[in-house]
Amino acid sequence: METLWFCILVFMLGTYVVLGGTDLGVGILHLFVARNEAERQQVIHSIRPVWKPNEVWLIAAGGTLFLAFPAALAVAFSGFYLALMLVLWLLVLRGLGLELRYHLPDVLWHQFWDVAMSVSSLLLALCLGAALGNVVRGVPLNEHGIFFEPLWTNFHVGEQTGILDWYTVLVGLAAVVALTNQGALWLNASVTGEVRARADRLASWLGPVLMILLIVLDVASFAARPDFRGGLSTRPWGIVFPVSAMGGLVLALTRRRSKPWLAYLASCAALYAMLCTATVSIYPNILPARIPANALTIQNAAAAPASLASALWWWIPGIFIIAGYFAFIHSRLRERGPVGEH
Amino acid sequence: MDAVTVHRLQFGFTAAFHYLFPQLTMGLALLIFILKTMALRGDEEANRASRFWAKIFGVSFALGVVTGIPMEFQFGTNWARFSKISGGVIGQTLAMEGVFAFFMEASFLYFLLYGERRLGQRGHWVAALLVWFGSWLSGFFIVGTNAWMQHPVGFEITPAGTARLTSLAALLTNPWAHVEYMHTMVGATITGCFTMAGVGAFYLLRRQHEANAKRFLSVAVVIGFIASAAAAMPTGDWQAKMVVKHQPPTFAAMEGHFFTQDRAAMILIGQPNMQTLHIDNPLEIPGLLSFLTYRRWNAEVKGLTKFPREEWPENIPLLYFCYHIMAGLGTIFIAIMSLAAWLLWRKKLAGSRWMLWILMLALPFPFIANTAGWMTSALPSRVPKTSRPETLASRCSGSSDCTRCWR
Repeated sequence: METLWFCILVFMLGTYVVLGGTDLGVGILHLFVARNEAERQQVIHSIRPVWKPNEVWLIAAGGTLFLAFPAALAVAFSGFYLALMLVLWLLVLRGLGLELRYHLPDVLWHQFWDVAMSVSSLLLALCLGAALGNVVRGVPLNEHGIFFEPLWTNFHVGEQTGILDWYTVLVGLAAVVALTNQGALWLNASVTGEVRARADRLASWLGPVLMILLIVLDVASFAARPDFRGGLSTRPWGIVFPVSAMGGLVLALTRRRSKPWLAYLASCAALYAMLCTATVSIYPNILPARIPANALTIQNAAAAPASLASALWWWIPGIFIIAGYFAFIHSRLRERGPVGEH
Repeated sequence: MDAVTVHRLQFGFTAAFHYLFPQLTMGLALLIFILKTMALRGDEEANRASRFWAKIFGVSFALGVVTGIPMEFQFGTNWARFSKISGGVIGQTLAMEGVFAFFMEASFLYFLLYGERRLGQRGHWVAALLVWFGSWLSGFFIVGTNAWMQHPVGFEITPAGTARLTSLAALLTNPWAHVEYMHTMVGATITGCFTMAGVGAFYLLRRQHEANAKRFLSVAVVIGFIASAAAAMPTGDWQAKMVVKHQPPTFAAMEGHFFTQDRAAMILIGQPNMQTLHIDNPLEIPGLLSFLTYRRWNAEVKGLTKFPREEWPENIPLLYFCYHIMAGLGTIFIAIMSLAAWLLWRKKLAGSRWMLWILMLALPFPFIANTAGWMTSALPSRVPKTSRPETLASRCSGSSDCTRCWR
C-alpha cells in the first residue's frame, strides 16, 4: 500500500514537472524567443489557458504527500523552511505576472511583469531541481528524525550540508536546461512563424547540452551517494529509466522538425523517466539521510493503512475525472486552429 | 516573543491575507452563475454584466491561488508536528480539495473568461456552473478540514500518538463542518454582493454605464438581502449553538459573559475588563442572550467563571472584539440590504443617491466581517502548538468533544 502511494505521489509530481515544467520553460524563454508585443502574446497565449490546471498538479501532489506521508511532509517542509519560503514567493510572482500583465496597457507595467515572470520561472526551475537534488543526496536527519538546512554552508557534500552544494546546484542546472528544452519543444509544436524558428534553434543545442549534463549527473550521483552502487545491483531494472530518458531526448532532438508533437511528447516521457531515475534510486526511502539509519522510509513516514486504503476509493475516480478535464481543454483548444485566436 | 508566537503570526497573516480573495471569488462565482442563467433566458444586459465580473473574478481567483499555495506549504513549514500527527486525517480533505475542486475550477475558468465564442452560450453557462461548483466544493473541503480541528470526529489515536482515520464518511459528515460551511458560504456571498452592489453604485453615482450598473445592483441587492439575513438566521444561530454545545467556555468569552445568570443579557457594545471580569461601559439587551441560546427569556447561561481557568481561551478581549465586530457588522449589513431591497422593490434605488453612497462606502466591510469571523473561529481553540503533541493524545483520546486539543 505504501509503495502504491509512493508511485501515485511520483506520478503526480511527474505530471507537474511535465506540464507545469512546460509553463516554466516557456516562462524562461519568452524574453528570448519573442521580440515584439505580438510575438509575446503568441507565446503567452500558448500556455495561458493551461497554466492554472497544470499548477494544480503541484498543489494536489502536496495534498497527496500530506495525506499519504504526513511525517515526510512535516520533516521535509520544516527542514527546507528557507528554500520553501523562496519558492512560495517565486510561485506568487510568476502567477501574478501571467495574470496581472494584461490588465493595464502600460509599457513599464508589461516590462516589469515580463522580466518578473522570466526570472521567477528560471529560479523556480533551479529551486525545484535543487530540491530534488537534496532529496537524492540525503539530508542531515538526526536521530530524532528532524533536520534543518541553511541555504548553503561550504558547498561540499558532507555531514552538515546546506540546501545548495555542488551536487544540488548541478541538479538545479540540469532542471533548468531540461525545462527550458521542454518549453522550447512546446513552442516548436504549438506556435508558428519566427517564434517557432527561434524555439527550434534553441532546442537544437539545449537537447545535446541536457544529455551531456545528465551523463555527468549520473556519474556525480554515484560520487555523492556511494550506496547507489548497491542500489543498482539490487534493482538492476532501474537502469531502464536513465536509458529511456536519453532515448526520449534523442527522439525529441531528431524529430522536432518532422513531428513536433511527437518530439514534445518524447521530451515529456524523458522528464518522467528522469524523475523515476531519481525516485528508484532512493526507494524505499522517501527522505534519505546523510546517516542512512536516520532515513525516513515510506513505511515509517506513511499514514495508517486504513487512511491510505480509504483514500484510494476517491483518488481513482478523481484521476479519471481530471483526465477528462484535460482531454476537454486540449481538444477545445486545438479545434479552432493555432492557440491565441479567441 | 517565542518561536510559536512568531509561527502563529506568520500563519495567521498568510491565512487572513489569503481569505480576502476566496471570499470574493466564491461570492462572485454564485453571482456570475446567476447572471449567466439570466443571460441564457435572453437577458443580454446580464450577459454583459457577467463578462465584466468574470474578469474581476479571474484576477481574484489568481490571487487566491497564489496566496493559497503558501497556506498548504505552511502546514509543513510552520506546524510540522501537527501535520505529522494529523496528516492521515486532514490530508484526506486537503488532497480531495486538490483532486476534486481545484482541477475543476482551474480547468473551466479559462473557458469562463475567454471561451464564450468557442463553447457557445449553453456551453459557457456550463463553464460558469462548474467554476461555481468547483469553488464552493473547495470551500467545503477546507471548512471540513477546519471543522475537524474544531471538533474532531472519525479518528482514533494510535499508540505512536498520531491520528488515524477510522471513517471517511464521519469526517465528511461532521456536523460542525456542515454548519460552519453554510455560515462561511453565506459570508462569502455577502462579500460578493456588497462588492457588486458597491461597484454598481459607483457607476450610477458617476452616471457611467448606467444600464450595466442597474443590473449589478438589482442582482446584488436581492441576493445580498437573502444572504445577509441568512448569515444571522439560521446559519449564525446554528453556528452559535454548535459553540455553546461543544466549546461552552469559548462561547461565554465571545459574548463577554463572565458570570452564570438567568435572563442573561446580550452585550452589544462594551470593553471586557479582565481585572474585574466585567464589561466596562456596556450597552445591553436584558434576556436576549438567554433567548437566543435556549429560546427561553429566563434560561440560565453559563458564564466564563463556571469553567476552570485553563479552559479559558487565551486572549479573551481579542476574541470578544472579533466576534462583536463580525456580529455588529452583520447586523448593519442586514439593515443596509433591507433598505436597499425595499427601495429596489419600489423602483427608487437608482434615484436614491444617499443609498448609493451607503452601498458604495459599505464595500470593504464584508471583508472585515469575514476576517473577524475567521479570527473568532481560530483564536480560542485549534492552536497547533508544536511543542506539546502529547496533549493531543491525552485530551483527545476518544472522538468526543475536545476543545483546544491542539494546545
